[in-house]
Order: sequence, then C-alpha cells, then structure tokens
Amino acid sequence: MTLLRVLLLLLVLSPFVARAGDDPIADLAGNYDDIRHAVDALSVSGNARAEPVIAALQNGALMVAADRSLWIREGDAMLDARSGAPGSPNGPLKPVRLNNAVRRAIEAAMGNLTLFSADPARRLKAAQALFAQPDPAALPTLDRALAKESVAGVRRLLQQAQAAAVLAGADAPIPDRLAAIVVLRARGDLAASNLLAALAGQPPEVAAAAAEGVAAIARAQKIWALAQGVFYGISLGSVLLLAASGLAITFGVMGVINMAHGEMVMLGAYTTFVVQQAVGAWLPGLAAAGVLIAIPLAFIVSGAVGIAIERLLISFLYGRPLETLLATWGLSLGLQQAVRSLFGASNRDVSTPGWMSGAAQWGGVTITFNRLYIIIFAAFVLAALMAVLRATPLGLQMRAVTQNRRMAAAMGIRTPWIDALTFGLGSGVAGMAGVALSQIDNVSPNLGQGYIIDSFMVVVFGGVGNLWGTLVSALTLGIVNKFLEPVAGAVLGKIFVLVLLILFIQRKPRGLFPLKGRAVEA
Amino acid sequence: MTTRDTLLYLDGVTVTFDGFRALNALSLVLEQGEMRAVIGPNGAGKTTMMDVITGRTRPDTGRVVFGRDTDLTRLDEPAIAALGIGRKFQKPTVFEPHTVWDNLLLALAGDRRPRFTLWARQSAEERTRIEAILATIRLADHARRRAGDLSHGQKQWLEIGMLLAQEPQLLLVDEPVAGMTDAETEQTAELLREINRSRSVVVVEHDMAFVRALGVRVTVLHEGAVLSEGSIDHVSADPRVVEVYLGR
Amino acid sequence: MSGRATMVCLVLVLGGAAVMAALNLATPAASALHVPAYAVSLAGKYLCYAMLAVAVDLVWGFAGILSLGHAAFFALGGYAMGMYLMRQIGTRGVYGNAVLPDFMVFLNWKSLPWYWYGFDHPAFAVAMVLLVPGVLALVFGWLAFRSRVGGVYLSIITQALTYALLLAFFRNDMGFGGNNGLTDFKDMFSIPLHLDSTRDGLLLATAVLLAAELLVARHVVTSRFGKVLIAVRDSESRTRFLGYRPESYKLFVFVLSAVMAGVGGALYVPQVGIINPGEFAPANSIEAVIWVAVGGRGTLVGAVLGAVLVNLGKTFFTATLPDLWLFALGALFILVTLLLPGGLLGLGRRRPRAAPVTQAPEPAE
Ligand SMILES: Nc1ncnc2c1ncn2[C@@H]1O[C@H](COP(=O)(O)OP(=O)(O)O)[C@@H](O)[C@H]1O
Ligand SMILES: [Mg+2]
Repeated sequence: MTLLRVLLLLLVLSPFVARAGDDPIADLAGNYDDIRHAVDALSVSGNARAEPVIAALQNGALMVAADRSLWIREGDAMLDARSGAPGSPNGPLKPVRLNNAVRRAIEAAMGNLTLFSADPARRLKAAQALFAQPDPAALPTLDRALAKESVAGVRRLLQQAQAAAVLAGADAPIPDRLAAIVVLRARGDLAASNLLAALAGQPPEVAAAAAEGVAAIARAQKIWALAQGVFYGISLGSVLLLAASGLAITFGVMGVINMAHGEMVMLGAYTTFVVQQAVGAWLPGLAAAGVLIAIPLAFIVSGAVGIAIERLLISFLYGRPLETLLATWGLSLGLQQAVRSLFGASNRDVSTPGWMSGAAQWGGVTITFNRLYIIIFAAFVLAALMAVLRATPLGLQMRAVTQNRRMAAAMGIRTPWIDALTFGLGSGVAGMAGVALSQIDNVSPNLGQGYIIDSFMVVVFGGVGNLWGTLVSALTLGIVNKFLEPVAGAVLGKIFVLVLLILFIQRKPRGLFPLKGRAVEA
Repeated sequence: MTTRDTLLYLDGVTVTFDGFRALNALSLVLEQGEMRAVIGPNGAGKTTMMDVITGRTRPDTGRVVFGRDTDLTRLDEPAIAALGIGRKFQKPTVFEPHTVWDNLLLALAGDRRPRFTLWARQSAEERTRIEAILATIRLADHARRRAGDLSHGQKQWLEIGMLLAQEPQLLLVDEPVAGMTDAETEQTAELLREINRSRSVVVVEHDMAFVRALGVRVTVLHEGAVLSEGSIDHVSADPRVVEVYLGR
Repeated sequence: MSGRATMVCLVLVLGGAAVMAALNLATPAASALHVPAYAVSLAGKYLCYAMLAVAVDLVWGFAGILSLGHAAFFALGGYAMGMYLMRQIGTRGVYGNAVLPDFMVFLNWKSLPWYWYGFDHPAFAVAMVLLVPGVLALVFGWLAFRSRVGGVYLSIITQALTYALLLAFFRNDMGFGGNNGLTDFKDMFSIPLHLDSTRDGLLLATAVLLAAELLVARHVVTSRFGKVLIAVRDSESRTRFLGYRPESYKLFVFVLSAVMAGVGGALYVPQVGIINPGEFAPANSIEAVIWVAVGGRGTLVGAVLGAVLVNLGKTFFTATLPDLWLFALGALFILVTLLLPGGLLGLGRRRPRAAPVTQAPEPAE
C-alpha cells in the first residue's frame, strides 16, 4: 500500500521536479523517465560523481529520503550522493527503483562513463564493450572519447568501436562506411570478420569492400594459425631437443648407446619433485623458485648417477656397442623399478610456479608461459653445452679423447676420467631436461621411456656428433609433428613421422649433417 | 702405348674430403701383366687411390677404366671384385672365427649368390685349389687353425692367399710388409713376383729395400698427384722426390 | 652349435613335449604325475618364445644384426592367426554377428574391412602368417641393408618400427581390436580350443615346428652361406671386396628369421588365447635378445635354453615376488653382458665364441 502511495506521489510531483536536467542527480529521485534522462545526462556530464552514483543505482544501493535527498548505502554507512561525504539522512530511506528502460540506460551509461575513466585499463574495457555491442547512438560519445584519448591501444579500440557503430547504423555516408571497413579489416580477427560478413546487403561498393575485408581477414587468420602451429612445433621441438641433447653427448660424441638415458631424465624430474617437497616443507617462502633450485640439483644427481654408470658398467663395454645397449637397457629397468619402489608407481604431482603459468596473446597466437620458458631453457642448455665443448679445457679434452683416444692418452690426458666426465655431462643435461619435462608431463617411473626412442631418432636424424644437427632435427621433427597432427590425428601423425624417419635414415644413414672423415668410417 | 695393352687407366681422378684434395687430377696407366710399385709420403693418397679403383670411394671427377672400356666409377665393390680386381688392405683383415681353410674357400672364385652358397658342397676341384694355394702361402700345416690365432705375418700371407684364390686379373696390395721380419719381407717379395707371372699387381709400400727388391717401375705420389715415375734408380735421383720423400 | 648339442636339444624339446602331453591325457587329475592343462599351455608358450629366440639368434648371432623389433614379426604372425581365430567364432560372439567380430559390431562397423577378407580360410591365414612378417622384413631389410644401415643404427630403427606398429595397433580405426586386441577364440581348424587334447596337440605342434626351425637354421648357418654370413658379421666391407653382396645375405636371413618369428607368434596366440598391441612393445623385443644372450649368442640351441630358462624365472618371480622381477631382469641384462659374454653354453668352452670387438661408432659403414 505504502509503495503504491509513494509511486503515486512521485508521479504527481514529477512535473514540478523534473526541470530539464540542470541537476541530473536530483532528477534521480524522479519517475522512471526522469531517472532515465538523468542517467543519460549524467553519463556525459563529466561530473566526477556520475560514476559512483550510477553504479549505486545499478546495484540498488541508491536510496532516496523523504526529503528527496539521495544517499548511497555502503555497508552500514550512508554517503551523500552529491558529495560522497558520510552523513545521516533524516527519516527512512527507500531504494530508487528501476525498470528495464532505466536498466538499459544505466548499462549504456556505464559504458560511456568508463570511457572517460582516469584508468586506461577501464577505458579499454569500456571500448571493448562498445565494440562487442555496436550502437550508432554511442557515436557522439565515442567521438568525444576519441578526442580526449591519448593512449594508443585504447584509441585503436575506440576507433574500431566507432567503425562498428558506424556500420551498425543505416545512415552513415558511404565514404565513412568504407573507412570503417578499412578499420575493421585492419583489426583482422573473427569478430571483425563477422561484422564485415553482416554487410552483404549494403550498397555494392560497401558490400564489395566488406567481402574483400572478410577474405583478407581469412588470409591473415591462416597466417596466424600457421604461426601458432610453428609455436607449438618449436615448443615440442624444444622438448625433444632437451631430451636429446644429453644423448647428443653420450651417443653423438662418445658413441655410447645409453638406453638408460630416459631414466636420467626421469631422475631429473623426480629431483624436481623432491626439491619442491623440501622447499614446501622448510622454505615455503622460496616455493616459487623451487624449479630453479631443482635445475642444478638435477644436473648433479643425474650427472653423478651417470658417472657411476660409466665407471661401473659402460667402461667395461667400450667397443661393444650392442652389449652396451643391452646392459644399459637392463640398468634402465632397474632404475625404473627402484624409483617405483621408492616413490610409488603413480604419478607425482609437480606444481608449476605462478610465474610460469598463464599465457600471452601475440596477434592471433597464444603463447603459454611454461612452453615459452621451456623453449628459452632448451636454447640456454644447448648454448651452454656448446660453450662447454668449444671453450673449456674439459671440452677440448673431451673432443681429443673421442677423436683419438690413444693419441690423447699419449699426450697425458687421463682418458678414463674424461670418459666419465663426458658421460656425466650428458647425463646431467638429461637431468636438467627432466626438470623441464616435470612441468609438462606426468612425473612417473615411466617418464623416460616415452622419450628414449624419440631422442635417438632426433640424434640420428640430425647427424651424430653434431649439436647443430641435433637442434635442427629436433625443431624440424617438432614442427612436422605438429603440422601433421591436425591432418592425421596425433597418433597417426606420430606414426607417420616415425615411418618418415625410418625411410630417411635409409636414404641418409648419417643424418642431416653428417660428420665426414675416416674416424666415422673406422 | 695402345689401349689394347692397357689394363687400368686412371684419368684425371680427383677426390675431395670436405674441401681437402686427397687425389688431385691423378692419372696413371697400368699395362697388362705389369707390376707397379707406388710409393709416397703418408697422406699422399695411395690408399685413397685403391679405394677409388675398388669402388669404395667415388671420385668427384675423372674416370677409372678397366680393361677395354669398363668404367669402374659406376660399379660397386662386389661388382668390381667380380671383374677380377682383388685388394689386400693395409691392416690384415681375415675372417678370424673361420679356419684358414674356410677363409680360402670363401675367397675361391665362384658363384657368390646366396642361392648358390646355401646349397653349395665343397668339390674335389675346390679342395685341390685350396691345397695348392696353401702350399704357395706356406700355411699348409695351419689349414685347420682359426685364422684369428695366426701370427701377424701369417695373416698377411693368408690374405694374399685369399687374393690368389679370387683369381683376379689385377691385385692391389697395400703395404704388405708392414710389421714383417726381414726374412718374411723377402719371402713376400718373392711371392709377389711369382704372382706377377700371371697377373698384374699394384703394390703400395714404404719399405724402399722391398721396392728395390721387387725391381719394377715405380710411381711416386705426392699430394694426390704423380710426382715422378720410372725405375727405382730414376725416381731416387729425382730431386723433387728426394725433397718430399726420401731425404731432407 | 655342435651337432651333438642340437641333437640333445631336439630330443629334449620333442620328448619333453610328448611326455607332458601324454601325462596330461593319460593320467587322472588326482594322480601325482598328472600335468595340468595350464602347464601344457605354459610349456607351449615357452616353446613359442624359443622360436622367437632362435629367430633372433639367427640374425644377431650370425649376421650381427641386433634387431630390437623382432617381437613385431612375432606379433604380426600372431595377429594373422588371431584374425583367423576371430572369424572362426562365427555367430558365437556376444553380438552373434556371423561376419563381423564383436569389436567391430561394438564400433558400429557395417562391413568387414577388405584386409579381413580371406581370413576365414585356414590356408589363407597360414599363408598370411608367413607372408606378412616376411614381406615387412623384406621391404624394411631391403631399404636398410641396401643403404648400409647397420650396427646400432639398425637397432634403433628396428625399435622405431615396432614402436610405430605399437601405436598403430592401439588405434581402434585400424580394425584389429585396438587396445583389447583379438580374443575370446573358440576353435582352431574347427577343433574346440578349450579341450585338453587341443592344448596337447598345440604343444606338440609347437615342439615339432621349433625342431624344424632349429634344423633349418642349423642348415643355414653351417652351409657355405652361413660362413659368408659370419664373415659379413665380422668384417662386412672385406666380404664386399671378395665379391659378395652382404646386403643379399643379410636380407635373406632377416626375412627367414622374420618368418620364423611369425610362425612362433601364430602358435602363441591359440595357446595364450589373446593377442593385443602390447606384444609390439619395444621392451618385448629387447627381452627376446636377452634370452639369446643368456643361452649363448650364435649357438641356436642356447637361444632355446635361454628363452625357456628366463621365462621360467619370469613366471616364478611374477607369481611370488612381482616387485623383484624387473630388478632380476635388469640384473640379468647387466651380468650376462659383463660376465657371461658367451652365455650359458659358452661356460664350458675354452674360448667364448663371443661377438668380436667392433669399433664404437659404426654408422652404416
Ligand atoms: N674418408 C676420408 N675422409 C677424410 N679424409 C680422408 C679420408 N680418406 C682419406 N683421407 C685423407 O686423404 C689423404 C690421403 O690419405 P691416404 O690415401 O690414406 O694416404 P696414404 O695411404 O698415401 O698414406 C689423407 O690426408 C687422409 O687424411
Ligand atoms: Mg695408406
């Protein structure tokens, strides 16, 4: 009953109060029409209180007192709508009511209002909202916003919103529409393409320009899709590179077939797991750096295991590659079972630190950070390996020993030592690869098994003993695989790559970049 | 000389390894029934020349003509061996797990195809030929021994015996007396002269006494090309040969 | 690989199988001498493995080809037999479809794929058991040996081959039952498989075929062909300069060995009652190599011995101490290569007939 009376009262009073928007805030106490007009007026008034007031209205927090003063309820406090200062209204308050027309007005107003916000991020959001719902009526506001806008990114979006709005209406002159089409075409995404596709019924020159724009966008999208594929391919390639670069040392440089190479990777992944547990338990402050701490530790763990393997097993089998293959395979079974007994057969959870999660958008390409970091890490590992081989005394001795063992020994190089260190280096690198793989793959005792065949294929395809070859081969295989996937499906794509590799090795048994010379022929 | 007498003709053969010229437009003519000694400093390209003749290495340019008009550069190793060119390696390579007898049996001229060897039985003729060769290479008492158990010199002879068993027209022998005693060296020279009665031979050797003992025409290789050619006395007197090879 | 060892082996295999079969049939279940049906099938399975092992030894021991994909040939032979057994089920499947095997009905397939045609005829199936592994080996070997891929490179690509097949057979779309493979067989050559007498017959057939395989392999390796093969194994390029074509020799034994492995697989399937893609796992092929190494590489008889002993060990361990089995197998690999290069048969010998020392990196010489 009271409600009805108030409404009636408002209706009766309204003609007196609603005097042509000179005080829009006051009008908010009026009838629905008043409110609607007041909202429209406020939104473009530049009044600093416009936004909080309209927001309060939207949330049902705008109250009107019996004396028609307006208040915003904020928790338990009451703020004067006009000043924002806390105060105490006299008498009971009633919320200002909304109908659908008002709600629409509010939404448009919020869009407009945030267009003039001091925060560029909010302006950007508002422009996005306007682009998503093009409205010719917003054109004047957009014009004003554009005139004031100084941030390039926001400006571009405003122009696009403007273009969308121009095309949404029926009465813009043709040159303006053509200009708008150019703007949308430059935006080049699916939304722009949809807007342009909707213009088919327009005058011929507009429709033609729009159709051309749609085609151009489709072409651009294809290129972006290609770029995305390349990114995925490089990402897979860098994983392969990481898994294979240790092998490029032990197999490529030393000629040792280490079938337990995958288990060195697996040990690196478990090291990451243990480090993460330890850091979480004792140094929670360093949790985000757990992965970084794990890198050197994984190198040390896998490297030490590698040195032990070389001394205790492989050194007895030099010159017997097939026996080495079998013995290290046996070793890999033992290592898997040992880890299974120690950590259980199920997957272990290695979490990804915050700074490694998330993604960035670059044009039409989504770049996930963990993949990006792995690419960078792989590049870093390869560069470090090359530096060690080329620029350190250890690297020099390694090359000497692998090229001519007897001569190296005669020159005073302790060849057994160098063998052990070289093998340790390759194994340590495999361990570091394990750290990276723990971020994208299941950490389980079988982790290494999944990579061993691929790693050998990468090394053989690239040409044994040639790190550059390993790089090229890993990237090629990664990219080819990723491009085959959409065509053939993941499994069939992989089968296809394997078959291609088998055929390739038969054509060029020494890989893409063969080493020449007698050493390889001996 | 006319083509009819020519057994082997290397014509401007060049081989490069990664830009390094192991053979540099090498040309060489060997006549039917001739024995030729090839000498030269280490790395002169002697072994590479044999690799080219036997099809192991393909030259970048040049031809290798055998007999009338067979271009060896188009053939692979087994095909060249089947034409009658035998080769003895610098390192003696015999089939170690097999007996001396079996080594010779495998080397005997005959059908090399699996469908033959799968069913082949040793014939009386094969037996007499093997026995004859065993006598020539002085290994008759060792016929049933594992080849891997032979001494170094015996392995060299066994390898020469295997060459004989192949009945080649042309034998290529790489450093046959390396690591042999003086007596063995002398016997080897004698053996080669004997072989030369029915076949052409190219011998690569460093041992000047041995080359002199052979008493044949000598070719001096240097940096992949012929530096000098002629009798041993002729080349020994050649000042260029003296400079690069014989004396400093 | 002396004649006497072969004779002893043949007598043990044939006699053992005959005695087991006879005891299974002729003694009552309660008797102490009774051999239960599962033991008969287990023995049959071991002999199938022995066939695979002899095939591996033929290429590895005598031609120096370390194939890490031989289980693929075994599995292909098995699948060929499995397809025949599937077709024999007829309308007795869960869905009662006379033409389509159950898994195809389940996948909503409307008709039999073309490559299943003919497998309802036993003769065709047997031909496929021989042909499929043989042709694959022929194509693969022709490519590999012609371009002189050898040593560990060959090992790696054989492993890649079986890995690719593993992935392929896991796909439902391939039409070989995907993950579950082929199973629920009812009869073979119209004889019910569940009967004890069928199992005895299969064991005897396996023993006879293993004996035949041994004799064929022995003929191959003791002939002049075999001498060339050993020469190729030890110094391939030398044989080439003697005028032999090592690739033809290798190709011949490789194909022969693949066919032998396929026959082993074909006998394996009815005895274990199932074939699935797991048989293609690279680990299986490598395990087969260790059987050979345990028994003695290059002895043929040793391969039989190794296959039976290692699998007895496996049965024992996986039943009693499953966690220890992989440790034991791993240790076996290491100990045999380090301490027992001649295998068990090499123990009594003056000089182990181990593989000669080859240079470490030997890319496709
Ligand atoms: N396969 C090869 N790769 C690279 N260099 C080679 C190869 N074969 C030979 N050479 C080089 O060619 C040159 C000639 O070698 P070689 O014919 O063995 O000399 P020789 O037998 O006269 O001592 C040497 O410098 C050697 O290093
Ligand atoms: Mg030489």
